[in-house]
This record gives sequence, C-alpha cells and structure tokens, in this order.
Amino acid sequence: MTGDLKFGIGIAYIVASILFVVGIKMLSSAATARRGNLLSSVGMLVAIVATLLTRGMSYTWILVAMIVGSAIGLIAARKVKMTGMPELVGLFNGFGGLASLLVAWAEFVLKGDATAYSTFTAIAIALTAVVGAVTFSGSCVAFGKLAGLLPGKPILYKGQQAVNVLILILALVCGALFVCQGAYPALVALTIVAIILGVLSVIAIGGADMPVVICLLNSYSGLAACLAGFIIENNVLIVAGSLVGASGLILTTIMCKAMNRSLANVLFSGFGAVTESRGASYQGEAKSLTAQDAYFILEAARSVVFVPGYGMAVAQAQHAVRELGELLEANGTDVNYCIHPVAGRMPGHMNVLLAEANVPYEQLVEPDDSNPIMPTLDVAMVIGANDVVNPAAKDDEQSPLYGMPIIEVDQARTCIVLKRSLKPGFAGVENPLFFKENTRMLFGDAKASISELVTEFKDA
Amino acid sequence: MELLLFILVLAMILGVELISKVPSQLHTPLMSGSNAISGITVVAALLSAGTGSGLGEIFGLLAVVLAMINVVGGYVVTDRMLSMFKSKSGKKQ
Repeated sequence: MTGDLKFGIGIAYIVASILFVVGIKMLSSAATARRGNLLSSVGMLVAIVATLLTRGMSYTWILVAMIVGSAIGLIAARKVKMTGMPELVGLFNGFGGLASLLVAWAEFVLKGDATAYSTFTAIAIALTAVVGAVTFSGSCVAFGKLAGLLPGKPILYKGQQAVNVLILILALVCGALFVCQGAYPALVALTIVAIILGVLSVIAIGGADMPVVICLLNSYSGLAACLAGFIIENNVLIVAGSLVGASGLILTTIMCKAMNRSLANVLFSGFGAVTESRGASYQGEAKSLTAQDAYFILEAARSVVFVPGYGMAVAQAQHAVRELGELLEANGTDVNYCIHPVAGRMPGHMNVLLAEANVPYEQLVEPDDSNPIMPTLDVAMVIGANDVVNPAAKDDEQSPLYGMPIIEVDQARTCIVLKRSLKPGFAGVENPLFFKENTRMLFGDAKASISELVTEFKDA
Repeated sequence: MELLLFILVLAMILGVELISKVPSQLHTPLMSGSNAISGITVVAALLSAGTGSGLGEIFGLLAVVLAMINVVGGYVVTDRMLSMFKSKSGKKQ
C-alpha cells in the first residue's frame, strides 16, 4: 500500500514536470502564453497536492502556512501597479531564495546527527544554504534600489574586489568545514557569509544594470530550489528548479549581449560610476522644436516608430503614447513601437507597460525588425530612451558604449527626441544623436509633451 | 545520486532549448512565470514541515509561507500581465 502511494506521488511529480515544460513552451507566443501560465500553475497544484498525500503528514499548521502565504501572494500580485513590476519580481525572487535557505536549515535540523547523512547530502545542504542566502539578500538590495529606497548608483569603495574574493574564500572554508563536520556553527557562519556576499555583490551594480541582476537572481532562485531537490532527493524540484535556472541564465546572456558587455563586466565594474566623461565629447547645436512643430511633422508622416525607454516609465507616459499612436493611425500613419531588450529596469519592461496601455502586441517590434527599414521611416520618436539609441555605439571606438547593438533612430528621416535636458543618460556617456542634422529635441516632461501633441491632433 | 545529476543535466538542456524561443516581448512574464515555478521548493518545505518537529518544523513552516507567496503571487501577477497582451484582432472583438 505504502509502495503504491509512493509510486502514485512519483507519477504525479512527472505529470507536474510535464505541465511545467509545456507551460514554458507555450510562453513562446503571445497568443498561447496565458494558457501556458495556467498549465504551469496546474502543474504546481498537482505537485503540492501529491506532496500533501505523503504518509505521516500533520496538516493543521501546514494548511495555516499555505493559506497565509497564498493570501499575501494574492494581495501583492493584485495590488501591484505595472510600473512596480520590477520591484515585485525582485522581491518574489528573494522569497524563493529564503524559502530554499530555510529548507536547507530545516533538513539539517531534522536529520540531526551528522553521521546520519552522506557527504553528498551535506554538500547539497551547504550549497542550497549559500545560493538561497545570496538570492535572498541580493534580491532585497535589488528591491531597495528599484523601489528607490537605496541609491541607484553603484556603491564602490577601494579594495572592493579584494573584499569580495576574501568573502568568497571565507564561504568556501565555512562550506568545507560544514561538509566535514556537519556542525551547527559552520552552517550558521556559512549562511551569514552568504548573506553578506549577496549584499556586497548587488550594491556594486548600478540601476540601469538591474535587468541583468534581476535575471541572474531569478536564475539563482531556481538553482536554489534545484539544490534543495538534491537534499531531499526529489526529481520534481530538480526539473523545475533547473528549468528556472536555465531560463534566468539565458535571459542574463541576452541582456549582456544587448549591452555588449560580459557578465563579469556587469557584476564587477560598477559601470556608470565613473563621473568623468569618457569617449569624445560632442559639440554642436541641438535643434529644439515646439510641440506644434512636432505636430506638423507627425501629421505629415506616413510612418512613425516610437522608441520608449525608462524615461517613459518614470513619466508614466505610456497611456498618452498609445493615445497619440492611435490618433496617428487614424490619420493614416503606420505606427510601430521598437523596444530595445535592455530598455527599462527589467527584461521586457516596456512591452508590459505598453501592453497595459492597450497597444496590440503586433506593434511591439524588436530592433532587428526596425533597423533595416529605418531609413525608409519618416519619424523616429525617442521617448525617455538614451543609451540604446546612441549612435556612438556604432561609430565611436572611444565610447564606452562602442559595439552595443542600438536602435538606429539616427537613420530615420527625422528623429524627434523627447527629453528633459541634454544631460547624458545613465551611463554618463554623451549622446551625439542630439546634435545630428535630422534630430529635433522636444524638451520637457515626456507625458506633458505627448499630451500636448494629442491635444494638437484632437483640435485639428 | 548519478540519476539525479542526470536529470539535472537533461532538464537544463531542455530549459535552454525552450527559453531561447521566447521572444523578448514576453521576457517579463517569462521571468515572473518562471519565478513562480521556482516556488516548487514548497514541496521540500511541506515535507520538512509536515513530517518534522521542533525547530525543523518551524523552519519548514516559514519556508511554506514564503514559497507560497512566491507561487501564488508569481502565477497571479503573470496572468495579470499576460491578460493585457492583446492582438489587434482581439481588440476589435
């Protein structure tokens, strides 16, 4: 009987794994993504119910814990504004990491005597604790930075690398000690060191690099779950955890590629912290225009591409942008939104904001789609983006951005840049785009400027 | 133990294959959705909390709470986001 039940639970775990895989597969198209997410959640339900059927479970407190956790998660997910999504995802990553850390501790306490388990299990416990703790503290710092509770600038100090290496060595020593002795103090020390490691590695990373960090922490949270699977020797944890680990890792790679930087460079260089200007500085006159001038240009345009950046999110301009887009379409203009992979504070950030504002997903295109046709477009309208449209990335070998794939808005017939001032972007790099012959600056708050344009169209 | 490592490697390869096909448009939902999946650690937490006692049980219960926040919050928020992705034809209906 017991054997049958165990077999049944095993089968349920396989079903859950299949649902996770199919669910992720369906995420590859906007048309099926929602059903995919639903399937994946059914998989989770199957796994949880199967686990609850395990013999000898005492239910009272578990049910209380499950209800409390579900309620908190539900409220947070319902209440959050779309602009607050990066913070929330960061926070959830942290919770996942902390949960895995606690599992490592629980299993260690429950297994009791160090002689009761193998070296393999001991290693799994140590690794789960480290990865879980780093995920947790790293996510807390990332959350603080994204929510504006901590300064977005990278915090750098002398000898930072040395300190990090030292802490890493310390972690290795504690880990080895724990695996050999299986004792409390070593695990406590290991956890503390890992928490410090998480904090130190994320405070050194700047706000604009957050997409990479969030991806990496996402990967870690999956890895932590996967490692926890090795402690309790459970397949569904290993499968699901490694799927998430792989997902985070790929997103990290994509983000790094889109910035033309190596992961090591993002993690250790504190990009953007250097205040002295690098690369050539550009002289020239930026030509500004009024909203009314911009209206005349747009009114006559046959094709317009909007290029949103973090500035659009800050100004909360996405609804106004969509309204302008619709008016342009009604005017017979071809409208698209070209989104750079690293625009915003999290991968796909701009897509979510524009989708919320009701822009159909067919109009959300990638740089590879719009760059080849850019010279044929009448207007490229840059809204709160800067480094991702900096032509220095293509032709100035001295520029720190050199080699980064950009959206080539300077190739469009006219480029209108909505910006508060000529101040350089996050990376502190001057943008020659502002001084180009075919560029016009529309100064002011992005939302106010767009609203003005909308009014012009409506009054016309 | 070898079997577990074997599964790990295969699942990793599968994950890489699957996720490289997700368009950048859907990267945020992919992240929050996979984030919810990482809440699978709830299975381990339930086992520690349900079969353990004392300190181990308490750690397990705390882990259950956190993992459930991760699971429920992750799936609900992903669904909310994906419900906003509408196609042109869908909008007209």
